[in-house]
Amino acid sequence: MMDGVNRLARKVPTWVVYLLGLVPLGYLIWGAVAGGLGPDPVKAIEHALGERGLQFLLASLAVTPLRRLGLNLVRFRRALGLLAFLYVALHLTAWVWLDMGLRFGEMATDLTKRPYIIAGMVGFVVMLPLAATSWNGAIRRMGAVAWNRLHRLAYVAILAGVLHLSLLVKVWTVETLVYVALALGLLAVRLVPKAGRARPAGV
Amino acid sequence: RIEAAPSRYSTDAKPTALEDITSYNNFYEFGTGKGDPAKYAGGLTVDPWSVVIDGLVDKPGTYDLADVIKGQPLEERIYRFRCVEAWAMVVPWIGFELAGLLNRVGVQPSAKFVAFETLVRPEEMPGQKSPFIDWPYREGLRLDEAMHPLTILATGLYGEEMPKQNGAPIRLVVPWKYGFKSIKSIVRISLVDKMPRTTWNMLQPSEYGFYSNVNPKVSHPRWSQASERVIGSGLFGGRQDTLMFNGYEAEVAGLYSGMDLKANY
Repeated sequence: MMDGVNRLARKVPTWVVYLLGLVPLGYLIWGAVAGGLGPDPVKAIEHALGERGLQFLLASLAVTPLRRLGLNLVRFRRALGLLAFLYVALHLTAWVWLDMGLRFGEMATDLTKRPYIIAGMVGFVVMLPLAATSWNGAIRRMGAVAWNRLHRLAYVAILAGVLHLSLLVKVWTVETLVYVALALGLLAVRLVPKAGRARPAGV
Repeated sequence: RIEAAPSRYSTDAKPTALEDITSYNNFYEFGTGKGDPAKYAGGLTVDPWSVVIDGLVDKPGTYDLADVIKGQPLEERIYRFRCVEAWAMVVPWIGFELAGLLNRVGVQPSAKFVAFETLVRPEEMPGQKSPFIDWPYREGLRLDEAMHPLTILATGLYGEEMPKQNGAPIRLVVPWKYGFKSIKSIVRISLVDKMPRTTWNMLQPSEYGFYSNVNPKVSHPRWSQASERVIGSGLFGGRQDTLMFNGYEAEVAGLYSGMDLKANY
């Protein structure tokens, strides 16, 4: 069964993932233009963008554990990661521009005093080098080992992301707990010793 | 339409659209989403409705809603409304002064505070299935705050009966405090001698004090209260500065003279 899925996945071009990943953004822009985002479109946009960022980050972090289960989606990992970065960057832009209304003084205070803002900003900043080294040439120049090590910053990004969310909510909700559990779960499975190490190289 | 006299306490700011006031609500009894109350409050039975008035009063009892309202002069009060989450609206409430009701039931001299409770009816209020909040929702005021002429019990808005998602059939409105103090769908009013426990204070005492007066100089521990977004101002509406006591400083600052508002947040 898994082989069939893998064969199918190999046939899907990566641009399909990019395109599908942009659908929620298109939907949001359409909503903003058509006035379908409710009484507080700013919060709706901000939340939707942040949530998509978390979701794509979680999806990109699920690729490796899934591979250990036999499902190979590694071809799509870059697309998932870049989509995560896009949504997080737009989420930040929405905060700076639409939510805070470019009140830079207040934002500066927030950045020094508010743990949830600091956590969110840490998450964004650690994603910058990941996005910047997301092209093939960067992997070649850095070497796979160094590149892989750098890209462990994605672990910091997801921790910062769910911390940002947890610090922000007024009461715990099932939704928040699911995000936190998924993030911690995806990081925890990386601590499990790899099975199948004994297999011959190249398999 | 409800007949209500205009009030000198009304702001001349433009009221927020009815649709926004009735579709953007924090009323966790129906869910934590802002749209949940509008979605789920339709099934709430608001008639019959009664309010228990007890504690340190001369005439305690279970009062039918009509009896609670009886004889109280209804006014339209167009008030600024400021949520602790740093957004704001302007709401044309219809209601009467809480003092009018308290005077009618006779407050005994030993009473120092007023405690309020919201209905608990999980079969009609799906949010009450959440274990994260210790229901009923509770709020409270110091007696002088409760007796202040700005403090009203509201039974309508925009000239009509109170929509269910806004706290039908009767709710408190205290315009100089963060919105969560203005408890909705009240079923109990108790006059007490000690500061009552209040829901958000029970949930997070370091963040939500008993007073919770709107104060741009005292930050919420997690966010600033210096400015607010105005609901209905669109995508690029930006923010406006938050006013001390939500703009009611002239009327209510005297209630807190000599008090450290940072310590008594």
